[in-house]
Amino acid sequence: MSETTVKEGKITEYMGKRVFEFMRWRKLAAALSIVAVVASIAALAINGLKFGLDFTGGTQVEVGYEVAPQIEDVRGQLVDAGYEGATVVRFGSDNELLIKLPPEVTEKQTQASARSEEATQSIGDKVVGLLRQGTDGDVDLRRVEMVGPQIGEELRDDGGLGMLFALVVVMGYVALRFQYKFSVGAVAALIHDVIIVLGFFALLKLDFDLTVLAAVLAVIGYSLNDTIVVADRIRENFRKVRKADSEEIINISLSQTLGRTLMTSLTTLLVLFALQFFGGELIHNFSLALVVGVLVGTYSSIYVSANILMALGITKEDMMPPVKEGAELEEMP
Amino acid sequence: MHFHGCARISSDIAKLYRPAGLNYNNESSMNRYPIWKYLLILTVVALGFLYAAPNLYKPDPAVQISGQSTTMEIDQQLLARAEKALDEAGIEHFGGEVGEKAVLLRLGSVEDQLPAKRVIQESLGHSDYVVALNLASTTPEWLADLGASPMKLGLDLAGGVHFLMEVDTATIVRTNMEGYVQDVKAKLRAADARYRSVSLEDDREIVARFRSEELRDKAMSTMRKEFPELQLTEAGSGDNLEVRATLSEQEIKQLEDYAVTQNLTTLRNRVNELGVAEPIVQRQGRNRIVVELPGVQDTAEAKRIIGKTANLEYRMEARPDTLVTNKEYFEYRNEQQRQAYGGAWLERKVIIKGDRVTNARVGYDESGLPQVNITLDARGGELMHRATWKNVGRRMGTLFIESRFEPETVVDDQGNETVVQKRTDVKKIISLATVQSALGRQFRITGLDSAAEAQELALLLRAGALAAPMYFVEERVIGPSLGADNIQVGVKSVQIGLIGVLIFMLIFYRVFGLAANIALAVNLVLLVAVMSILGATLTLPGIAGIVLTVGMAVDANVLIFSRIREELRNGMPPQTAISAGFDNAYSTIVDANITTLIVAVILYAIGSGPVQGFAVTLSIGILTSMFSAIMGTRALINLFYGGRRVQKLWI
Repeated sequence: MSETTVKEGKITEYMGKRVFEFMRWRKLAAALSIVAVVASIAALAINGLKFGLDFTGGTQVEVGYEVAPQIEDVRGQLVDAGYEGATVVRFGSDNELLIKLPPEVTEKQTQASARSEEATQSIGDKVVGLLRQGTDGDVDLRRVEMVGPQIGEELRDDGGLGMLFALVVVMGYVALRFQYKFSVGAVAALIHDVIIVLGFFALLKLDFDLTVLAAVLAVIGYSLNDTIVVADRIRENFRKVRKADSEEIINISLSQTLGRTLMTSLTTLLVLFALQFFGGELIHNFSLALVVGVLVGTYSSIYVSANILMALGITKEDMMPPVKEGAELEEMP
Repeated sequence: MHFHGCARISSDIAKLYRPAGLNYNNESSMNRYPIWKYLLILTVVALGFLYAAPNLYKPDPAVQISGQSTTMEIDQQLLARAEKALDEAGIEHFGGEVGEKAVLLRLGSVEDQLPAKRVIQESLGHSDYVVALNLASTTPEWLADLGASPMKLGLDLAGGVHFLMEVDTATIVRTNMEGYVQDVKAKLRAADARYRSVSLEDDREIVARFRSEELRDKAMSTMRKEFPELQLTEAGSGDNLEVRATLSEQEIKQLEDYAVTQNLTTLRNRVNELGVAEPIVQRQGRNRIVVELPGVQDTAEAKRIIGKTANLEYRMEARPDTLVTNKEYFEYRNEQQRQAYGGAWLERKVIIKGDRVTNARVGYDESGLPQVNITLDARGGELMHRATWKNVGRRMGTLFIESRFEPETVVDDQGNETVVQKRTDVKKIISLATVQSALGRQFRITGLDSAAEAQELALLLRAGALAAPMYFVEERVIGPSLGADNIQVGVKSVQIGLIGVLIFMLIFYRVFGLAANIALAVNLVLLVAVMSILGATLTLPGIAGIVLTVGMAVDANVLIFSRIREELRNGMPPQTAISAGFDNAYSTIVDANITTLIVAVILYAIGSGPVQGFAVTLSIGILTSMFSAIMGTRALINLFYGGRRVQKLWI
């Protein structure tokens, strides 16, 4: 009995475990990935990322009303008082509103507060004072966030740099631990995941703020985790399995790790859904980015990185540990 | 489910996959940990529980009373006065304690905090003591003695305000250069190097113009000698010859550093006026300062105090014959001096205010006695000179002004009541010294009793001055109700996520799942313990990091278990399969975790507030999960299966 079961020239079982022909669909998967990435880039180009307060600068005031207000009334009230471009949305419940003021209004405020002592009154207090006049009940100030436009720009630059830096360091580590073909595969998978998550946010016009950036970086970590587990197994099998070509070895490896890949994705998704549904509005987009990222990351660890390994023509020789020159000589009589 | 029984056994496969050094015939002696390993794990887990425990004790709402200056006595008597005030107002309190710097009084409920603060402040008076809201730890003493303390809560969980202020460093460079212009003029005059003009260009370059080469050469050598820190270049031609002087990049950086440090000190003093327990005032980057005030709700008040400028005044002492309308009486700020001398009459006319003071440092004179060296800006120097050159031999006083804001109810014409913040300035003398000679930009105060006194005086003198203007570039306020909500949703999502994962693991891996679950629970305890020991701050994104850790921590176990199942399927006997499963999964787990850790560290390095909170819990979670998922689970499995004959694994 041999280690593999072969039917019609294909390995269907290895070590008693069914082998799925993952790589049979690799061209289709590649097409799918390309379409998804292109669509994401298109969404990013057309809609652009809707940067949140952290990156654009501006002011957000979250208030709780005793009596549920009409959004239009509140907006009118704000615009009349000189807060042009104010947007008002419900936040969580009917009684809670989130008011956003554009960067220009915020800048006017900061400039003023730099000069006169009167203007040091917080923009949040001013807004709440104004809103109290327009309602019968009380208005409770729940949260104010004011970010100067310059800070926003810096955060944006730092975020972008951080993401690139993370990719480069990871590529270096993988190249060192495995082999450069793996690192190309791993990084391609990461870029694939990041672009799709960003594209998803651009497509649905969701706010992209600091917490979402953190989520995207966490996706890099997660997807990498997955990719490395798969890569580890591919390397092992290249050294171990005889009489199988690259495609078969990759299929065997993917089949072996499939259980673990699904299991980990499921447990992670489980906690992410807990965050999504019970974590409150503040980390809603954070958990959403992670959910999308984990789904895409799971797919990419199977179809993107392995696909690139195939495309780069990975061979057994790539995987053999480098032989010391002296070692061969010693064995000679 | 794959059990041992379903796996096909074939001896040649078993041989093929026999890991080196393992003996199949000796299954019953496998998977045993030496006793020290169990002890090590037990110790770590016990320590984890110990240091995580303080987080279980909910802190009591409290008020804290500290002195306005270091000379104020903090004693049992003060506590008694505060307790009396609370008793009279009918506010429930308990567990008063006298600490080194403050008195702490615990209250029955959070709602009592504000009224308690008010009645105590009223009864003690505003000038001597600061009353602040605080939370008193209820950690048992034996735990506290071990250095165990609960995690700090971030602003998003505790409520409070966060300001980011930018120091306008361009201004400090300009003011400094303006000062140089005056000094250069004076030195050139003294050296008889007649100039046509000396002026400042672009706020950072001094240009001195001369009619002849000879005068310019003289000026060059004078300036080189007197101002070695300036970089000089020659320019111009004919009868318009110039010397251009700039500060080196390094000097400018030093100036900026000084300005930021100075503003930091000033801000700390002002924040202390606010009476906030555990405020954070920190430098961020090259020219920014972060101020975090947990528990503060009234941003207007906070901003007023933080943003105000002058709070020092220099005035001449009044002559005995000065009219009462032209003089004012002030008390000494220092208690000993107040008891000895009471106060003094000063003129109403203010020579300069604190915003003209650029520096005040402790120094020592020739005989080693402490003194305070004061530097003013250019305009301040002129004013000081004008005021003192005719008044040598008289005394000059320095007033320290503390502003307090108290809520006051105002009734307008229509009878509507509004609460306004009423500002009162309390002015007290911190120094009264005889003018020995005409003073300029730099002068010193001598005749101080001790180095400590000099230190405090210098601090107070500096407290008045912002070296450079600042403005708010970021402001975040989180209401206390939102903070409480955030804690609640955070805890709930951790609970639900955790329960989900526990059930999942149990269904899929049975006995092994149980071991993984115990390891996961231990991991959470260790995570909390490490965060408490490091004094890390827990934020809402931090909780998200914990939730994610829960999901990802089981990954290591999933890797190991699926490997064990595989080995069983390959026909390995149970004990060997366990051992091989753990061994083979090890390097994969390490690789996967190291890369995630790299990402977490980068997140921490580039991120601010929310991102860092997430990165901290994620990194700590990765490290603790490596311990609990690899060593912890192995120990449990060994305990359960190890060292005996096993027919079948419940995996």
